[in-house]
Amino acid sequence: MNLLETKDLTISFGGLTAVANVNLNLKKGELAGLIGPNGAGKTTIFNLLTGVYRPTSGDIRFENKSIVGLKPYQITQRAIARTFQNIRLFNELSVLDNIRIAYHWHSNYSVLSSILRLGAFHKGEKEIRKRSEKLLEIFNLSRYRDEKACNLPYGEQRRLEIARALAAKPKLLLLDEPAAGMNPQETRDLMDLINWVRQEFNLTILLIEHDMTLVMGICEHIYVLDYGQVIAEGKPEDIRNNERVIEAYLGRGGER
Amino acid sequence: MKKMRISKKNLIALAGALAIYFLVSGLLSLGMISKFQEINLMLLGINIILAVSLNLIVGVTGQLALGHAGFMAIGAYVSAIFTMYLDKPFLLAIILGALAAALAGIIIGLPTLRLKGDYLAIATLGFGEIIRGITINIDYIGGAAGMIGIPRQTNWPYLFVMVVFTIVVIVNFLNSTHGRACVAIRENEIAAETMGINTTYYKVLAFAMGAFFAGIGGALYAHYFYLIQPTTFTFLRSFDILVMVVLGGLGSMTGSIIAAAGITIVNAALQDLAVLRMVIYAVLLIVVMVFRPQGLMGTKEFTLNRWVKKRGEVSESAGN
Repeated sequence: MNLLETKDLTISFGGLTAVANVNLNLKKGELAGLIGPNGAGKTTIFNLLTGVYRPTSGDIRFENKSIVGLKPYQITQRAIARTFQNIRLFNELSVLDNIRIAYHWHSNYSVLSSILRLGAFHKGEKEIRKRSEKLLEIFNLSRYRDEKACNLPYGEQRRLEIARALAAKPKLLLLDEPAAGMNPQETRDLMDLINWVRQEFNLTILLIEHDMTLVMGICEHIYVLDYGQVIAEGKPEDIRNNERVIEAYLGRGGER
Repeated sequence: MKKMRISKKNLIALAGALAIYFLVSGLLSLGMISKFQEINLMLLGINIILAVSLNLIVGVTGQLALGHAGFMAIGAYVSAIFTMYLDKPFLLAIILGALAAALAGIIIGLPTLRLKGDYLAIATLGFGEIIRGITINIDYIGGAAGMIGIPRQTNWPYLFVMVVFTIVVIVNFLNSTHGRACVAIRENEIAAETMGINTTYYKVLAFAMGAFFAGIGGALYAHYFYLIQPTTFTFLRSFDILVMVVLGGLGSMTGSIIAAAGITIVNAALQDLAVLRMVIYAVLLIVVMVFRPQGLMGTKEFTLNRWVKKRGEVSESAGN
């Protein structure tokens, strides 16, 4: 069964069509990649999927229900979480608070019970704290618990952002260039992390990436985007030898 | 599920609050507080309420709003109508004034909170002036002359209870998942929304709560000074409150309390110096901002945890 489907997804900004007739089909449990040259429209697709933009035409179906027109927070509550190309952590807050905020929409006590400090508040806070600490432990971030997020090393900030996205308990995880700015060793660790997270949390993952070792190494299905259109899709081996893909990246007449 | 949990630090906070209450009550009944000091004591309490409530909007949620005097005016006028014209009890008048201000907060908040930064500041500044314009033009509430002869019902017990009520409600709100949602909006609105936080809801909620307590401040003000006029609530008053919030540290409730108390006391102490007062006041502000640009407390809170040595629990403000 397809977890996520887009049908002829299109968005135009004024006269510019940034994404045109894109059809994505993500099976449950799949790890898919979205690649393409700069400005091809990859992040725009993420922004469409997460409700930041509203498509000009076409449909996005998640678990067989259309999510077009929902606000970003509503889409998160349907269990789609994402990370950002340029890390967007709550910089001035502690690592623990970053995670606790992501658990917010699972909290089930009211504003009134937090003001009156009723039992529901104490129970809810305990639960949030327990889960957050467990998640930090899984991600090996416990030692940074009370550190400000902006003081973490770059690689750890990336990991924290992924951990925070998982705190929202998604079924579909969207990773926007998770390996950007990482050295080869960090990238390898990240690949292990993504594979492991996928198993552990039973996730479907769609990622945007420029690092071909990572994309070819872990993705099962790849979509190649150029000028807002899917020019190729398939298994990594097929994509590697696809004429149009090579042309898009290297230009016409380029060497193999 | 209604379990009362009284921890050691809550007991200390309670004991501290009661000590302050009875100390001041004692001094008042012994006549050791002069009329001038009493006026400033009232102003001090009202300023704490206003600064803490504005801090919820500006410091915690990160929405630069300059209409606090407008909410204060609504609380003042509405409560005065109920006590002066309709002979209703003071407490009821305070609540109705505060609710009217909160309602205005929601009505104003829904359309304007999609604006950011300086645009929101200008829109809320405009709101404050609109409220002033409206009050000038309604004869029922005295027009430009204002309302004169409001019963003086604000006294130390009322003031104290309202100050504690404001601080407890806002601090408890802050130290919950709902408060963290507001802080997340300040830190990064896009990330907050992506993490499943209904940003519009929390912005309007913070706005309404801030307005509610500003309304209480206005009601207390009106029932202490007999007289309210449209010119009592100009944008200069909004700025005064904002100065307290910034001086104390954006996001720090204890900072707001300290700054509100400090500014009120400095203002009172310099009363005799006439023109020179404004100069010294301004220089003081500049000096603090140069040496502590993040405000007196930064974003930190002064908590009893440090004294009771109990790590890990949600922090509780020390009260006033």
